Amino acid sequence: MEYSKKVMEHFESPHNVGTIEDANGIGEIGNAKCGDIMKMYLKIENDIIVDAKFKTYGCASAIATSSIATDMIKGQPLKEALKLTNKAVVEALDGLPAVKIHCSVLAEQAIKAAIADYYKRQGIDPEPIVGKIEDCDDHASCSI
Amino acid sequence: MRTVYADNAATTPVSQHVVDEILPYFTEHFGNPSSLYTIGQTAHRAVTKARQQVADALGAEQSEIYFTSGGSEADNWAIRGAAALGAKKGKKHIITSKIEHHAVLHTCAALEKQGFTVTYLDVYENGIVKVEDVEKAITDDTCLVTIMYANNEIGTIQPIAEIGKLCHEKGVLFHTDAVQAVGHVKINVKEQNIDMLSLSGHKFHAPKGIGALYCKKGLRLPNLIEGGAQESGRRAGTENVPGIVGLGVAITDMVSHIDENAKKVSALRDRLFEGASKISHSRINGDRERRLPGNFSMCFEGVEGESLLLMLDAKGISASSGSACTSGSLDPSHVLLAIGLPHEVAHGSLRLSISENNTEEDIDYILEVLPPIIKRLRDMSPLWDHIMERENNKA
Repeated sequence: MEYSKKVMEHFESPHNVGTIEDANGIGEIGNAKCGDIMKMYLKIENDIIVDAKFKTYGCASAIATSSIATDMIKGQPLKEALKLTNKAVVEALDGLPAVKIHCSVLAEQAIKAAIADYYKRQGIDPEPIVGKIEDCDDHASCSI
Repeated sequence: MRTVYADNAATTPVSQHVVDEILPYFTEHFGNPSSLYTIGQTAHRAVTKARQQVADALGAEQSEIYFTSGGSEADNWAIRGAAALGAKKGKKHIITSKIEHHAVLHTCAALEKQGFTVTYLDVYENGIVKVEDVEKAITDDTCLVTIMYANNEIGTIQPIAEIGKLCHEKGVLFHTDAVQAVGHVKINVKEQNIDMLSLSGHKFHAPKGIGALYCKKGLRLPNLIEGGAQESGRRAGTENVPGIVGLGVAITDMVSHIDENAKKVSALRDRLFEGASKISHSRINGDRERRLPGNFSMCFEGVEGESLLLMLDAKGISASSGSACTSGSLDPSHVLLAIGLPHEVAHGSLRLSISENNTEEDIDYILEVLPPIIKRLRDMSPLWDHIMERENNKA
């Protein structure tokens, strides 16, 4: 198993690490048992993601996918951010080893969870817009 | 950048002495040991000498040493062989431990599919098998007890002589996977009542692809590979002469320096433990005393092992972890789970395995680099935040 240069760049110098004090959309996915937790902080203004930060506990690919996924949604309208797929994240990283694909799914789901949280805060039911969040609450869903 | 190789339990560099000794066996002494002419007999003599060297290192006789491709092959041969002998007498029960190497565990699992029953003994928090548990597990159907000499991840040393004595009293064969122990701790197969022992050269400065099985006189395991008359007809195939020569030289070098190496290496290891234990929310894995001289294993909460070792690698330090991400599965190492660690703690494990080639400067460098890496990973870890919140709530 070897990581691409891009993965290593994002792992060694991840972008957007940290929290946002006045975040209005926060989502957390994964659990300690599986060895991956991603927490996304979004600052949304007029349906546009003006800032995105993350905290991640996990392997190099989990940190790299969090880094690149937050890059990819920053400045994007919510509608566009919701279209971000794990496939696009993997491609942006020049690929991930097969056993690490679930990390990219976590990134996609963490963003969705944060956007869902934003809608909830607005008093809007997020499920019709965001869909169902697939949390990693058992090992079966880890192996997506 | 400074580089520190601290993964000697994974493999070791071949020593210069070994390289010097084996090179002629690739070129001028290239003969087939089975050939009768001079070049062949030169190679044959070298193989015989190496067999004697391995036997001497273990307190065995030359005729009891069989060269193999390594530790996994020796484990497979011993366990499958003893199982086949047991099955002939209708005995189809094997006893092992939960922390064995996969070469043992997967072989046992394969035998379970063939109708054998296997008891996997607990090792408790200290990572050590209790002799009375072995005694309780032995039944009239037991044909083999296979317990590793020392663990590859947490370094714990098992009560081998006592288990061997018990097995002999009960008339059960005893095998030990001693891949991590040979060359590092004193072994005497006769005094320690060992019937079969597996070893691997590359764990003590011999090349990869060479190992051996000690099998006591009179115990006739089924042949592993059919073919020529090599290894007393039990394991056919033209000998890996340079590897065998290297194994003999390396094991002799290790055994002749075993006390001074153990003293030096354990002092370095203790310095590591002392320094790394200052990191908060950390714990030492496995018994503090009854462990290999060079083994360091700790867990750091809130940190994931693969990230930790890749960050150490970026600083020139080669290390290992038992996290899920490094095990290639979704579960952390079976060894860390067997000593009772929760998954989330086991994911944050770090193994450093020190050799006599390491220096105090190496240790100081690791201790300089490690705490900031752990801090950096914790700073970006939501799990660490959760741990801190839980503690604040308690307080």
